[in-house]
Amino acid sequence: MILNIGPQHPSTHGVLRLEVMTDGEIVSQIRPHLGYLHRCFEKHSENVTYEQVIPFTDRCDYLASMNSNFGYVVAMEELMEIKIPERVEYIRVIMGELNRIASHLLALGVYGLDIGAFTPFLYMLRDRERILDMFEYTCGARLLYNYMWVGGVSHDLPKDFETICTDFLDYFEPQIKEYNNLLSFNKIFVERTADVGVIPADVAVSYGVSGPNLRASGVKWDVRKDEPYSIYEKFDFDVPTGTGEFGTLGDCYDRYWVRMLEIEESVKILRQALKEVPSGDVHQALPKKIRPPKGSVYRRTESPRGDLGYYIISDGTPVPSRVKMRSPAFTALSCLDEVSRGWMISDVIAILGSLDIVLGEIDR
Amino acid sequence: MNTAEIKAAIMDQFPGSVLESEDLGESQVELKADQWFEIATFIKENPNLSFDQLECITGIDLGEEASLQTRYNFHSMEHRHKIEILISHDRKEPKVASIEKIWRIGDWFERETYDMFGIVYEGHSDLRRILCPDDWEGWPLRKDYEGQELYHGIVIPKMKEEDGWE
Amino acid sequence: MTVDTLINWFATMGDFPILAFILAVVISGIPLFLVMALNAMIAVYVERKVSAFMMDRVGPMGQGPGLHAGKWGLLQTAADAIKLLVKEDTVPESSDKFLFKMAPYIIFIGAFLGLAAVPFSSSLQVADFNVGVFYIIAVGSIGIIGIVMAGWASNNKWSLYGAMRSAAQIISYEIPAGLSIIVPIMMAGTLNLQELIIFQSGTIWGILPNWIIFNNPFSFIAFFTFFISAVAETNRTPFDIPEAESELVAGWMTEYSGFRWAVFFLSEYANMLVVSGLAVAGFLGGWQSPIPGLFNTGLWGLFWFMGKLGFLIFVMMWFRWTFPRLRVDQLMHVCWKVLIPITMFNIFGVGIWKLIFG
Repeated sequence: MILNIGPQHPSTHGVLRLEVMTDGEIVSQIRPHLGYLHRCFEKHSENVTYEQVIPFTDRCDYLASMNSNFGYVVAMEELMEIKIPERVEYIRVIMGELNRIASHLLALGVYGLDIGAFTPFLYMLRDRERILDMFEYTCGARLLYNYMWVGGVSHDLPKDFETICTDFLDYFEPQIKEYNNLLSFNKIFVERTADVGVIPADVAVSYGVSGPNLRASGVKWDVRKDEPYSIYEKFDFDVPTGTGEFGTLGDCYDRYWVRMLEIEESVKILRQALKEVPSGDVHQALPKKIRPPKGSVYRRTESPRGDLGYYIISDGTPVPSRVKMRSPAFTALSCLDEVSRGWMISDVIAILGSLDIVLGEIDR
Repeated sequence: MNTAEIKAAIMDQFPGSVLESEDLGESQVELKADQWFEIATFIKENPNLSFDQLECITGIDLGEEASLQTRYNFHSMEHRHKIEILISHDRKEPKVASIEKIWRIGDWFERETYDMFGIVYEGHSDLRRILCPDDWEGWPLRKDYEGQELYHGIVIPKMKEEDGWE
Repeated sequence: MTVDTLINWFATMGDFPILAFILAVVISGIPLFLVMALNAMIAVYVERKVSAFMMDRVGPMGQGPGLHAGKWGLLQTAADAIKLLVKEDTVPESSDKFLFKMAPYIIFIGAFLGLAAVPFSSSLQVADFNVGVFYIIAVGSIGIIGIVMAGWASNNKWSLYGAMRSAAQIISYEIPAGLSIIVPIMMAGTLNLQELIIFQSGTIWGILPNWIIFNNPFSFIAFFTFFISAVAETNRTPFDIPEAESELVAGWMTEYSGFRWAVFFLSEYANMLVVSGLAVAGFLGGWQSPIPGLFNTGLWGLFWFMGKLGFLIFVMMWFRWTFPRLRVDQLMHVCWKVLIPITMFNIFGVGIWKLIFG
């Protein structure tokens, strides 16, 4: 029987259509159909100036817009060889990590929802809300920030940001324990996710799966550590990998659990960064006109979903000749077919949720 | 290994496949299209290179007169080195061997590039459009692309240089 | 107040047996329907509030007089009911229209019939059967026919999946439910609900009320197996796989809307009432007061019964907002490999217990 999951379905995390071939409840093949959210990001980019591309990157990964901005400006700065003030780098890292926490919270909460637990979702959204409040306080936007600009950021941090953020972290850290008690160590939740949808390390690498999904398979690869950009070298943090805590290495539970551990690591980075933000002017390095030299750059950064790469080609005009976004969710989704074969429909939902895809980024 | 060494390793194995060019970037290598599948297998399998991760495939249109290009970014988890490979295609009949079978993600990346540029990846098992609808006409990211007037009776708005949206 | 007493009372007025019967059924049926509707309204409101408080929200709130939803959102369910009743009645073009329209009523009848035998107090029970326990278990299975009908008639793959899952689940969980309720029956030696409750009067060791749940270790276990099976039979989380929202959209109810859907909803909450009622009557002493000998007369019975019932329903809600959902095979695993062996063992254990101590 062919079952259409989506484009309108509660747990496709956007507008995705899965054509699922089933035998009873068992899934034998999945054909994902993409493009329902295709907004021609790459075509638009060829028609606007470099700085005008940034709002479009927001709208790709709308749950981690800061990190989308971050990747683009890092690539642009590499292309233009701009030196960035220290303060800007710190602000960017703080914003990037806060957004990583927000994005992971949503991913974990929605994952609980996919498995059928409603309450953790609202707990996590409650805390995510406070992060969004901080973003709003800083730059006026809650979801699509257009915050990081080439050579700087749009607004300086508010004066009392440090206290607000530290307060939040003090409040937030004990919450992680609550999530764990409510969801992570729930017997039913473990039963549903452990051993389900195992992605072996070699398959994961071959499919270009990246970020938490790849680390859950046991590959210790984090762009922040292994190809450091911005000032991530300065911070002391671990790269959590999957351990097969309750089942096999690389199962849904590991992917869930790695995200939970990453939240803790982000908190660690934030505490270090908040302590040593230097003073300075955030607008000082903004170029008057962005006109990069002829050439091309491919730069990847670590977004909450994995390796977010930008391929930018400049022909010397203020308009990019080509901007390509290498989307981590795109590669993660591509392995769904292979991973889900032989599992049940409920497991497909569990696997899809554990990959943490954002359709805005897949379809661009 | 750095780019020069990787380039040398490819040249040793496949003489005459590497094209020399002035304006290549730091880690870029330009190759001829004809032996691409063999070279790809080589750089994946060779223990000194072992590029096990296909990071990205980018299609590029170098201009209305010039050729199309596919750029592959490879990365090796084992050796932590990377390379970018450029392959140019004839504009009239763009085609190159598919590497879908070597790196699984090649499947979707090639479909995407096909969708946007019409570059045909020979040997791909399921070369369909991926982001655009199946019955879309033209290759949207080519520089000489002209959009459709109508799509199933829906008027597609056109952007003009001066006065914005029609 | 039962149907039989009403019939007898009418019989004294004159010799119209059929008329008396119809009058008696209508007179006792209308309050039953009101109970059902009222229960759904209260339960929905409570569920909203309970879930809200568990989730750190406030739930439905009215912003003051004259605004929607009333104070503390008390009118929320009323507003909901009105919305459902005035909604457009859609029947899918490709569905089997007759079965599609029939299904809600069959499910409703199942729940309604079950409610008829629930002993709300010593005198307040519509039908006092001598096989009450058996009757409730039996009519409880009528609903499944309606569910399968709804799933099949909708001509929708999600509905079909939901219906098949539901059929498998309810039929499987009838077994542990039935086997668990055998324990009180064995101990009291009766199938009559009132006699079962009367059996539970008095005290045990002078302190605890002589409820079957406290009577011996096997009946203590039996209560929990029964309650788990009861939750499964009412299709509530963690056993809500037939309507698993994140997987099957809404399972067998996918194509239903408006009034028909409201009927499903009504039946679901009535079912909760019935199975909790059976648990209360079978294990928790029915309308007996928790302090033996005190407050045991008249309307107090109704109060105790509803209190226990309310508590069990609250626990069901508590489950729902805490637990994730099981998978189909895990659900079956719990039933066949865990609950059924335990309940079998229980029956054996109770038999021995009765032989030695009884």
